[in-house]
Amino acid sequence: MNINQGRKKMKIFCLEVIGDFACFTRPEMKVERVSYDVITPSAARAIYEAILWKPAVRWQVMKIEVLKPIKWITLRRNEVGAVVSSRNAQAAMNSGSGDLGLYIEDERQQRAGLFLRDVAYRIHAGFELLPNAGENNTSGKFLDMFERRASKGQCVNQPYLGCREFAAAFQLVDSPDALPAPIGESRDLGWMLYDMNYGNRASPNPRFFRAELKSGVLDLAKVEVRE
Amino acid sequence: MALNNRYDFVLLFDVKDGNPNGDPDAGNLPRLDAESGRGLVTDVSLKRKVRNFVGMTKDQTEITESLTGEKKRFEIYVKEKAVLNNQHKRAYVGIGKPELLEGDDKKRKGGDAVDEARRWMCRNFFDVRTFGAVMSLGVNCGQVRGPVQLTFARSIDPIVTLEHSITRMAVSTEAEAEKQGGDNRTMGRKFTVPYGLYMAHGFVSSFLAKQTGFGEDDLELLWQALEQMFEHDRSAARGEMSTRGLYVFKHDSELGNARAHDLFARIRPQLKESVAAPRDFDDYGMHINDAELPAGVSLIRRAG
Repeated sequence: MNINQGRKKMKIFCLEVIGDFACFTRPEMKVERVSYDVITPSAARAIYEAILWKPAVRWQVMKIEVLKPIKWITLRRNEVGAVVSSRNAQAAMNSGSGDLGLYIEDERQQRAGLFLRDVAYRIHAGFELLPNAGENNTSGKFLDMFERRASKGQCVNQPYLGCREFAAAFQLVDSPDALPAPIGESRDLGWMLYDMNYGNRASPNPRFFRAELKSGVLDLAKVEVRE
Repeated sequence: MALNNRYDFVLLFDVKDGNPNGDPDAGNLPRLDAESGRGLVTDVSLKRKVRNFVGMTKDQTEITESLTGEKKRFEIYVKEKAVLNNQHKRAYVGIGKPELLEGDDKKRKGGDAVDEARRWMCRNFFDVRTFGAVMSLGVNCGQVRGPVQLTFARSIDPIVTLEHSITRMAVSTEAEAEKQGGDNRTMGRKFTVPYGLYMAHGFVSSFLAKQTGFGEDDLELLWQALEQMFEHDRSAARGEMSTRGLYVFKHDSELGNARAHDLFARIRPQLKESVAAPRDFDDYGMHINDAELPAGVSLIRRAG
């Protein structure tokens, strides 16, 4: 089965996702985080993966509907500007002694964030089976699994909106034309992160696309994605 | 002893005449969602208190035999000097593989031991095990995703911020004393919330718990920390804070048996009709709908 065939037959699941806050960080503004205006395809994919993911499956986001006006909040937090060093950990492990703790006063960074508030989206996505899926991984099996989990509210970890502290409430929508209607707003969102290309495991490359919100809908079915 | 259940929990805490979480952008005023007037306490502020509680109550050099017989420690990686200023070298239980650091193939340096180092960090540090950490281990900064996810806490009702001017009967410098002609007084400012009841949500994923070795004993410690963390966090700024409710929804399965947010909707503190402005926890009525819980979900009231 080649991928194109699969795409024709791909069943689309629609999830309604709601949260108090969200931050889909723009890669060009990572220090003082600034969110994109709407959820990125990669963050949307992660929501589906939090419910079901297997190595044989690749999620493909087709359409995002924005259900609530785009509103902002700015917050500044004290963050730690250091990462756990594997070298120090190794050294302590090997020598049997060492000082590994990290004192936040020495490593403090105050970072502001421009986050989204009160967001709600309807996301439409389907998955395709990868060519190396193996014999006993049929798409029917995963379709049923996803449907079961999403309708019961089951998940591997609670899906989130860009950052883990912004948990998302999700619900499987049976009739995708359900109310509420998306906001009647059109704007050019410029170049936006589509997803990371994990072809090179050591350094994933970002891929971008030209995002246009048309009457509250971001259509991803035919967008051109560039490295 | 690995976790075999999903947990979703609601944490309720209140503040009286104190500032639960200052906003560095607004001169340390209590955080506020300007549009709705409700107060906010960030996730990181709550995590800090959990860390401090564990750092205080657990001997930082203690090695605990967990139920699986694996040695576990409750050290805290991200420390606050004010609380734990005991910078001394300690003995670590090494895994004893010095040969991995030898040889001149830099790429492979510790390459095989990356997972081991990650496991070792998780075993030794409670906060790495619980909340995860970003580590420069292996490719693209291996991250440890912790099983415990906390959201911002929001106040149930809009809060008001009071500003108090206070005086100190002393000055800090000679020059100031001279300028005041020996009056020697300094004015300061302090912000408080007269009363606020805040609610935060949290999640525990058993799948991620397995990855970091977060077990039942760690979970028990987490609940204990959430119940008691304000009891050990007294300060001039905080006023009176305390945990008023910790409602844990335990699912029979790892994937869960119901939508988390449907469960959260069952916990509804509500201002009593007769009260115009809340000044006490008694001004709220707790509406807890524990009737007909979804099959496979049980409600554990740890507090409240």
